[in-house]
Amino acid sequence: MAESGTTPDGYLLVLAILLPLAGILLSFLIGGRYAERVTLCSTPFGFALACAIAFHVGQAGKPIVYAIGGLPPPLGIALRADGISAVMLIAAAVIVTAAAFYARAKFATPDGVRESRGALTFWIMLQAIWTALTIIFVGGDLFNLYVALELLTFAAVPLVCIDGRPETLAAALRYLLFALFGSISYLLGVVLFYGAYATLDIPLLAQRVQATPVVWTAAALMTAGLLAKTALFPLHLWLPPAHANAPAAASAVLSGLVVKGSFFLVLRLWFYVLPSLPTENVAAVLGSLGSAAIIMGSIMALRQARLKLLIAYSTVAQIGYLFLVFPLAAGTHTWSTIGWSAGLMQVLAHAFAKAAMFFSAGVLAEALGHDQIAKLGGAAHVLPLTFLTIALGGLSLMGLPPSGGFSAKWLMLQASIASGQWFWTLPVLGGGLLAAGYVYRILAPALSDGQVTLELPPKRSQEVIAFALTMVALALGFAPQTFFDFLEIGRPMAAGLP
Amino acid sequence: MTPSVLAGLVGAALVGLGLYGLIIHPHPLRKLLAFNLIGSGVFLVFGIIARRGAAAGFAFDPVPQALVITGIVVAFAASAVAVALILRLAAVAGSVTLDPEAWTRPKGEDAR
Repeated sequence: MAESGTTPDGYLLVLAILLPLAGILLSFLIGGRYAERVTLCSTPFGFALACAIAFHVGQAGKPIVYAIGGLPPPLGIALRADGISAVMLIAAAVIVTAAAFYARAKFATPDGVRESRGALTFWIMLQAIWTALTIIFVGGDLFNLYVALELLTFAAVPLVCIDGRPETLAAALRYLLFALFGSISYLLGVVLFYGAYATLDIPLLAQRVQATPVVWTAAALMTAGLLAKTALFPLHLWLPPAHANAPAAASAVLSGLVVKGSFFLVLRLWFYVLPSLPTENVAAVLGSLGSAAIIMGSIMALRQARLKLLIAYSTVAQIGYLFLVFPLAAGTHTWSTIGWSAGLMQVLAHAFAKAAMFFSAGVLAEALGHDQIAKLGGAAHVLPLTFLTIALGGLSLMGLPPSGGFSAKWLMLQASIASGQWFWTLPVLGGGLLAAGYVYRILAPALSDGQVTLELPPKRSQEVIAFALTMVALALGFAPQTFFDFLEIGRPMAAGLP
Repeated sequence: MTPSVLAGLVGAALVGLGLYGLIIHPHPLRKLLAFNLIGSGVFLVFGIIARRGAAAGFAFDPVPQALVITGIVVAFAASAVAVALILRLAAVAGSVTLDPEAWTRPKGEDAR
């Protein structure tokens, strides 16, 4: 089977996994104040590797593959990077790098400062999240992906409770219990797939699957598990306390990237393993849950008293948009390409905009000593750059041009009209209005007159990092057609499976 | 009833019982035990699936056995993390609850 054999540039995938993994081991070994330096040194190389992978995928026009140990599937395990893997690798590298530099203010241990366990945990877990995400984005075997998913959870949970307050510990425990349910459900689905087809390799499974009861059961179990980890309504209960109580740098990574990891696997399952099945009903269910998430998440965001909780509920709403990709991109219609572009654009735009919002909320909480929205009166006069970042990030969340969020929602509207599924336009437009409402709730008091005293001067570097990420979110709005063509590389179509 | 069918039914029953416990019991430690019950059920199903290799001339298909060992290690690690969190929460807060409201109530009310 030539197609599953290693391509000449396949070693890049191994390097992309080994680099952050080596960082973790090195941080354990030399520990203490050096963990920070190890992370800061390895992140730019990770970014370069992700760019190299994207370059090779784009040049070849097909996925790059590495068969571990030289054994091709079904016996061996393959790593594969296609269009969406490469784009997600770059997004993960950028946000992890930003989070690492942002977190220096809180978790750096320069000479003369006592080493703390919290700081060491932060740097190691940040690298662990990055490793796990890399494996998820390039993994080609469902069981291998299960292990990566578990690594992601084990790395994300400690970040939530890093400061050890009881409410953060309870939030972490809730997160872990939801995630454990999710992983065991996913695992049961994997077992059933193996029992039915004796392979877990994604392209091989895609060739073999039939619409039999065991396949539907396996797919349902895996999807349910992944939805619990992605925090899709009504399984979102763990997300707001967990994301709102973590340190700002960790919240940005959790909200921007970690939930996208499990969402990525839902995409892999339905668009790469099961594209040949009739999935209209499933797509309708996922789209309806997504719509409910948009409305409920936005309404809850409107009701929050704390800024970080508001942003966390906004994540619940924005995750809802991601699931509209299932009804809008299913099948081989002319509009499915538009729906696919819309879904991926929403993943990226939300990742950058939300990371920037959490970074800004962190700056604001440090500078003001609180994050109560009611007490923000006049805060924009003392923290102009931070509120500009929040406003521009909010622009992308609402879906106003020019921004990645606008492109995503505009493409979603186009796909729903073109496919004759006009009802999906209602949550898209309604969610935009509600998002405008909650962004207004932050900005209106901040821009009004009022006296605010700064407890600490804001860190300029942190403000600039957050601002740079919103600029990325806005720049996504100008993505050219070649970018959307790139996202299609390696995506199997229902009619002509490779 | 063949042994495989019996083992499959037992696995299904374990998953069902565990899922029930995971949803019904409010205490995190009981939820964790329920999770382990689900895990046992899934691993049992894995064991039956390992018999499919018999058709190819082997006594067992070795792949599910390799997978099940990995799965057990992961479940063990997950349980260890959860127990550590529960112990830490008990040590810091004096009681273990997942109720998010418990921490925002006025001090006097939750002094149990």
